[in-house]
Amino acid sequence: MRDATPTRIIGTPALRKEGFGKVTGAARYIDDIVLPGMWHGATVRSSIARGAIKDIRFGAGINWDEFVIVTAKDIPGANCIPLIVDNDQPVLAEARVNHPEEPVVLLAHPDKARLHEAVVAVEIDYDPLPALFTIEESERQQTIVWGEDNVIKYFLVEKGDVDSAWQSAAHIVSGKYRTGAQEQLYIENNGVIAEWSETDGLIIRGSMQCPYYVHKALLRVFDLPAEKVRVIQAETGGAFGGKEDYPSLIAAHAGLLALKAGHPVKIIYDREEDLAATTKRHPSRTRYRTAVDKDGHLLAMDIQVDLDGGAYATVSPTVLSRATIHSAGPYLCENIRVRSHAWATNVPPHGAFRGFGSPQTIFGIERHMDQIAKAVGISPEEVRRRNFLAQGNATATGQLIRDPIDLRGMMDRALKVSDYHAKRARFARENATSSAIKHGMGIASFMHGAGFTGSGERYLNSLVGLEADASGHLTVLVSSTEFGQGTNTMLSQVVAEALGLSCEDVSIAQPDTNRVPNSGPTVASRTTMIVGRLVHDAALALAGILREKNLLSEEFSADEFRAACAAYTAQFGALRSEARYQPPKDIFWDDAKYQGDAYPAFAWAVYVAEVAVDMRTYAAEVVNFYTVQEVGRVMNPVLAAGQIEGGVAQGVGYALYEKVVWKDGRMSNNQMTNYIMPTAADVPNIEVYFEEMPCAHGPYGAKGLGELPHDGPAPAILNAIQDATGISFTAIPLLPEDMFLRMAEAPEPECLETVGSAKGPE
Amino acid sequence: MRSNVSEYEFIAPGSLDAVLALLSAEPGAWTPMAGGTELMVALGAGRLEQRKLVSLWGIGELRGITASADWLTIGAGATYTDIRENAAIAKEFPLLARSASWTGAIANQNRGTLGGNIVNASPAADSPPVLLVYEAEIELVSAQGTRRMNYSEFHLGYKRTVLRPQELVMAVHLPRGHRLPVEYLRKVGMRNAMAISKVALAGVGAMQSGKVQTVRIAAASLRETPARLSVTEGVLLGHALTSDRIQAARKALLQEVKPIDDLRSTANYRAHVAANLLEEFLNQMAASES
Amino acid sequence: MSAAKIQLSEIRFKVNGVERSATVPPMKRLLDVLREDFELTGVKEGCGEGECGSCSVLLDGVLVNSCLVPALQASGCEVLTVEGLATNGELAHIQRTFLELGGTQCGICTPGMMLAAESLLRKNPHPDLDAIREGLAGNLCRCTGYMRIIDAVKNAIQEPILAADLAPEETVHK
Repeated sequence: MRDATPTRIIGTPALRKEGFGKVTGAARYIDDIVLPGMWHGATVRSSIARGAIKDIRFGAGINWDEFVIVTAKDIPGANCIPLIVDNDQPVLAEARVNHPEEPVVLLAHPDKARLHEAVVAVEIDYDPLPALFTIEESERQQTIVWGEDNVIKYFLVEKGDVDSAWQSAAHIVSGKYRTGAQEQLYIENNGVIAEWSETDGLIIRGSMQCPYYVHKALLRVFDLPAEKVRVIQAETGGAFGGKEDYPSLIAAHAGLLALKAGHPVKIIYDREEDLAATTKRHPSRTRYRTAVDKDGHLLAMDIQVDLDGGAYATVSPTVLSRATIHSAGPYLCENIRVRSHAWATNVPPHGAFRGFGSPQTIFGIERHMDQIAKAVGISPEEVRRRNFLAQGNATATGQLIRDPIDLRGMMDRALKVSDYHAKRARFARENATSSAIKHGMGIASFMHGAGFTGSGERYLNSLVGLEADASGHLTVLVSSTEFGQGTNTMLSQVVAEALGLSCEDVSIAQPDTNRVPNSGPTVASRTTMIVGRLVHDAALALAGILREKNLLSEEFSADEFRAACAAYTAQFGALRSEARYQPPKDIFWDDAKYQGDAYPAFAWAVYVAEVAVDMRTYAAEVVNFYTVQEVGRVMNPVLAAGQIEGGVAQGVGYALYEKVVWKDGRMSNNQMTNYIMPTAADVPNIEVYFEEMPCAHGPYGAKGLGELPHDGPAPAILNAIQDATGISFTAIPLLPEDMFLRMAEAPEPECLETVGSAKGPE
Repeated sequence: MRSNVSEYEFIAPGSLDAVLALLSAEPGAWTPMAGGTELMVALGAGRLEQRKLVSLWGIGELRGITASADWLTIGAGATYTDIRENAAIAKEFPLLARSASWTGAIANQNRGTLGGNIVNASPAADSPPVLLVYEAEIELVSAQGTRRMNYSEFHLGYKRTVLRPQELVMAVHLPRGHRLPVEYLRKVGMRNAMAISKVALAGVGAMQSGKVQTVRIAAASLRETPARLSVTEGVLLGHALTSDRIQAARKALLQEVKPIDDLRSTANYRAHVAANLLEEFLNQMAASES
Repeated sequence: MSAAKIQLSEIRFKVNGVERSATVPPMKRLLDVLREDFELTGVKEGCGEGECGSCSVLLDGVLVNSCLVPALQASGCEVLTVEGLATNGELAHIQRTFLELGGTQCGICTPGMMLAAESLLRKNPHPDLDAIREGLAGNLCRCTGYMRIIDAVKNAIQEPILAADLAPEETVHK
């Protein structure tokens, strides 16, 4: 519904639905749960990056009879976790390992304290094979580690005629940008408890985002029918994408142990294991070659995007897809070519992390826009103003922007609230005289598509349910999970608003595949817009059922609703409605050409960073951070602002603090003391401003906003550092050691400028 | 949690004499543990080799901070919080209060002890450079008695000290009444809090008639132990702080230090930042006499 | 072969105002005693290395990381966990502000964070922004970006502060 009609509950700071348990310590996360007779499980992992397994020996000093031991031979069904590419990632390595920390052997014991010693006592002999650790090594294709050519996925997106534009360009600006791996660092480590019985089959409880992903994977691994696998989400302590597909693997492990042990088995990772073994954000290299006219208008963009996918495909094709589509930024350009690759290497598979490919390419385009501004001789603000998409324009995939957008107005607001011009003028004066600390301001403007790409939502075919009991209390049935972002509260608000009730009248059923239908995974900033809309429709449908039986009129009070529920249940039994995803009529997507309406809606944003660079320690710090975003409708201002602030803090970490140190394909700084995320003493002051242009697809006009805030901070911060120091840094994480190397010598611009038609594409 | 706690003996005799008697009776067999902020991390990581531990926590003889006419005595069991909250330290040895406030965060400061930090002997520790520039003395105790020496003699090499197996650190003594007009301390970590130092520099000094009369400089993470930069000091003593002299001091520092590349930083960065911190300190010195 | 089992210690201490005892290996982490022996699962393990603060408790009124305290050293002490903050079902002030102002998202850092706040406010009833940031610096939160946690702490201060630096304001499009 496209309306901003006044609402009672939508737009109010309704209390977090499950918040009481969280502040009293009563909330039960997976490690808080103990089942009778439960054993504990642990994983023996490969110590090399690639090779054949020659032998597995169980060392002396351990009474192995006390342990249950599982290897690939014990897998009843298929030894693979199916996601996008089938028969790729194994549950347990059998003949070969393809990355360090790859699971090979599982152990279980009743006494958790005995496990580590046993894990260490399992010796695996390998015949090592050459391994690849970077995009560059993989693309050389001298050693092939995946498929025919190391290419997990490739996209070619073309709009207009890129090659014709170079001739008429006043400036051709090239740049190369890099982003590193980033660990999701949820404060609750991964964990699962599995139970097996002949009657009920496999029951999995765990910390997870997508119960039905786990369900689907286990059907294959255990060769079981759907009704013999049950997956239940426990209270989950943060996820950010890091618990999208990895739980399927741990669930399979715990399930195998439970099956063999005849006891429930709990596997909880400790921090060192979680850091070293689980997924991280894909490292990237983006290359931009852009033709602009004398006024800085984009004539053509030739973009190359390369991601490091790690050893198995997992979610890389979709991450690459999103990276590809977002790589041209919120700008109008008639001629665009994007060639993107996800390369296989021999590190643990990279996976989903808030943004899912767009932080990588938005870093590239937003850094690049500042270089274009410099080449043309206009300000970073002006180059964006002149190129912003407007209503009626088409994106890189030819998607027509049908909804009104006002990026120029948003940028005006961002520059105003950040006092951008006055500060920049002042900093320019002060930086000239101050040798100690230099300040700078930087801008990033961007969008984030909500929902699954292209035909993805159609494929997901989400279904939600809604039940009402005799007292008129409603229970929402969705597989969408709460992990801090506010799913439970938002859905309660939607139902309460739709039916004229209060949030207390609504409960959210625990996501349990025995109870709830598949409303799709909790990813892709889709939950409010897609699932929230379905829940809204289910609420209306439920009222419709009551009306059909003449128990409710067009307008009704809360009491009348409750009375109707009582009457209905007494006469007819269970009162339940459903709503299934209907693809919007006006959305067209061509998967082959990667053209059309990539997303039902985009959220838009302009962010401004204010940084201070200490010229003695070469350390940059974000002092203030200003965010302006247009998100359709703010469902709950406290929850929404919380998402922005949290995403910005992660983006600050991505830019300046969080470095994965690799050694032979393994994360060597796998401790919280050495993988650095911002503390309360490091985060800047973050200001949040919302705008609302209601969107037809979401409930009450809402779009998605969960991932948006991680897209903007890194380029805004590095743009600000360039403003402060005059040096263009093109790789993140940007650590003081990196800044030192450049600043201790004469600064050299990383972007090359040639006038006219000098070269063909890079 | 990678250790089996059932394999660890841990006793708390409760008095200094009892602990010392145990250490003398079985030298090397028992590992003293104060607040546990180092050893318990090793336990959690499955790296705690020593299986017999004796608790120093709560032993009154080790914890107090007392003042006599000439010395401020900090018991080895004083926590960082004790140090931060002590009025005499704040007044007379402010660099120590500051370095204590930069170690870990509040919870670590409530349990970490000065003695534990010194005995752990990490070259990155925050307080040792301060103790060096304040010319602290360290007192060691065993069942056989006490011995006292300049703190600068305590560290022998990377994580090696003069401490004998039957000894404990008893206290650190800071000489009162020798406060110098210029005091400088800066720590460079990976973030603003909860950060192990990449490099830290402590400096105290005084100018007279435009020349450096006294200067003491010490650093963390620039050698295998906390170290006084005596060569650099030598280049400065008795000289005016011209820009040439400051450049010479920078050069001397760069030659005197031997930092390493590790997970946290690079040798090159550490050395150059240390030189920058030195220059910051020397600028403060130069500005002080007016 | 596992080493010979050592003698267990009987540790007596007060937990959330109640006298408790546990017979455990003396090196058992206080964290595990609380979670396993007393089923106080509100105390969380996030890192096991004293970095994240999820395991924070008050030990004799002092904030500590319980993953780094051996059980023997808690003997005779008073421990306060999140479960002890509410009295007679009434939420403590800090719990209410966390709940009402968005100080909790996924909730896993919340118990430790509230105890860190409680510890700060007991020592310094009127902390300024820097003191709040310092007081919370040992508790990592990955969800909130700390803004609303700082808000929650400010609002838990008994008297309002008239400080110039206020919490960030957000405005919704009018």
